[in-house]
Amino acid sequence: MARLKIDRELCIGCGACVDACLYGALALVDGLAVVNDLCVACSACLDVCPVVALSLPAAQDASLSADTASGVWVWIETQHGGAAEVSWEMLGKGRELADARRVELVACVLGSRCQDLALSAGRRGADRVLLVDDPALAAFQTDVYARVLLTLVTAQRPEIMLFGATTRGRDLAGSLAADLRTGLTADCTELSIDPENGCLVQTRPAYGGNIMATIVTPTRRPQMATVRPRVFEPAPVQGDRVPTIERVAMPPVGELATEVLAFVPSRSDENLGQARVIVAGGKGVGSAEGFTLLAELAALLGGAVGASRAAVDAGWVSYAHQVGQTGRTVRPELYIACGISGAIQHRAGMSTSRVIVAINSDSTAPIFDIAHFGVVGDLFQIVPALSAALRQQLGDQQ
Amino acid sequence: MRIVVMCKSVPDTMDVRFDPQTKTMVRAGVATTINPFDLFAIEAALRLREQHGGTVTAMTMGPSAAQRELQDAIAMGCDDAVLLSSPAYAGSDTWATAYALACAVRYMGEVDLIVCGRQAQDGDTGQVGPGIARQLGWPQVTYVSRVCELDLMARRIVVERLLEDGRQTLAAQLPAVMTVLKDANLPRTATLRGMRRAHRAVVPTWGPEITGADPRLVGLDGSPTRVVRVFSPTARQGQVQWITAATPQKVAEGLLAALTAEQLV
Repeated sequence: MARLKIDRELCIGCGACVDACLYGALALVDGLAVVNDLCVACSACLDVCPVVALSLPAAQDASLSADTASGVWVWIETQHGGAAEVSWEMLGKGRELADARRVELVACVLGSRCQDLALSAGRRGADRVLLVDDPALAAFQTDVYARVLLTLVTAQRPEIMLFGATTRGRDLAGSLAADLRTGLTADCTELSIDPENGCLVQTRPAYGGNIMATIVTPTRRPQMATVRPRVFEPAPVQGDRVPTIERVAMPPVGELATEVLAFVPSRSDENLGQARVIVAGGKGVGSAEGFTLLAELAALLGGAVGASRAAVDAGWVSYAHQVGQTGRTVRPELYIACGISGAIQHRAGMSTSRVIVAINSDSTAPIFDIAHFGVVGDLFQIVPALSAALRQQLGDQQ
Repeated sequence: MRIVVMCKSVPDTMDVRFDPQTKTMVRAGVATTINPFDLFAIEAALRLREQHGGTVTAMTMGPSAAQRELQDAIAMGCDDAVLLSSPAYAGSDTWATAYALACAVRYMGEVDLIVCGRQAQDGDTGQVGPGIARQLGWPQVTYVSRVCELDLMARRIVVERLLEDGRQTLAAQLPAVMTVLKDANLPRTATLRGMRRAHRAVVPTWGPEITGADPRLVGLDGSPTRVVRVFSPTARQGQVQWITAATPQKVAEGLLAALTAEQLV
């Protein structure tokens, strides 16, 4: 039995719901809609029914009252010894959400010797900074961090909790949400407060960005979300602000089942997530040597080198450079796609870059559909010429 | 060594679009496939079995038709498969899915390792792996690009993880949950023998009444989240601005001028 309820009195057999169903769960039988066991209760059909014959009965679960939870919390993530930029972006968005809810904005700083990070979080608008400073937190480990946060959340009961949609953030939030039995929405690109019920309205891309879904956690608290980097504006530094820092003693975490043995930082040209500029190459680059041209341009622009799946599979560059659905999702200020045709899987990973430049010999390549600037030509001529022009411009400025 | 590999049945296309005029999904049929990310998980599991012995069980939660994907997993080399299917599971979000899968693994008993793909192609969340780990109270090793070592005597696995800012080598006690990246391996294709075996295989279907999952904690009722709206992303406005000139040098200058105007250089 599917969950979806169809009112046979109201149904006019128009078939709109049949077309709307992504799972093939609806069909017209004798002029009326019927649902089968493929239904996953996604609600896509509810909006399209012209006569409101479809409904999904709400769950009966009010075991945890939303009334007692309060405050917007942001987990401040450390990368390269400093804050991951997405942390400041979440404080910016978190401020808006906290103001809309008239509650406090709290930054959670976990680490070892991370007092500076706590001060920065305070200066970036957190009303209160929860600081757990302990040698046991020096290297990120999901187990330890999740146990510390669980202690804090259980004691103070925030209503909203945000994490960066990074490897660490997704890991940690996924672990914590399981323990708290609460809703977690991945990779959000829009967040707001529903003025009617005060719920966090979370919008996220699915199917590699082809569909957007809006998701709420109606009754459980905290409402948890991971936030895609480079979507929101970072919170500005308010130099005159005196941060309120609350030191919390490291709670006992018991025996650990994981141990960090080594960490090798990535080279700067591999660091796609933080890069302001990405110069990416695809099949058209043709060889590992071809990528040196791209690396040269990337170095001049202070950016990183990206690659399509075709280039990675051909072995010209390592997987750490791969952009797209099976690689990284990036959102730089400038994305220069060289010899990349722009398959949908690749576009899913870069289509929201602020400015996209495409250089390709084929003027019909789909990459041009999303490019802001297009050059039809030989990348082996255009890219070195661009590097040369750039070098000259940089030289002129000095 | 007993390994369970989680594989999801997903629509066999990325090109799922939403027609803003008719407010309906435009779908190219309802053909399904194994989530491409899970192929790397299956391959990782099969390689560990080849090195250390034991069995690999493919598991999925989905409609009865998802049996086809499990048979594909057997054709690749998995020893057997389990399908979690029941009306009670319909509408499960990532929490309820992780719970249902964890209950099934607990019901199996004596599992050493769970392997998952990084994320599903349709949902893109990457949350179910960590969720299963916490439900079972096992350590999680996610975003694994390489399995460095597995020591069954010491009950320990050592992996390399690809993070935004570097590569981390992490050791975890077994039993554990591992999610693997594309970088981890090159998935094998099904063999003729495997396909024959898959054809004969009987895949049991388990509902919550078998696994012991609390029916109130699965399906839509057990899901803390609700999807309230599905819509098409707003397409980028405007068209590509072509930069043309007689020579590559002139094109480069034109492009540079445009980027300078955008304050990107």
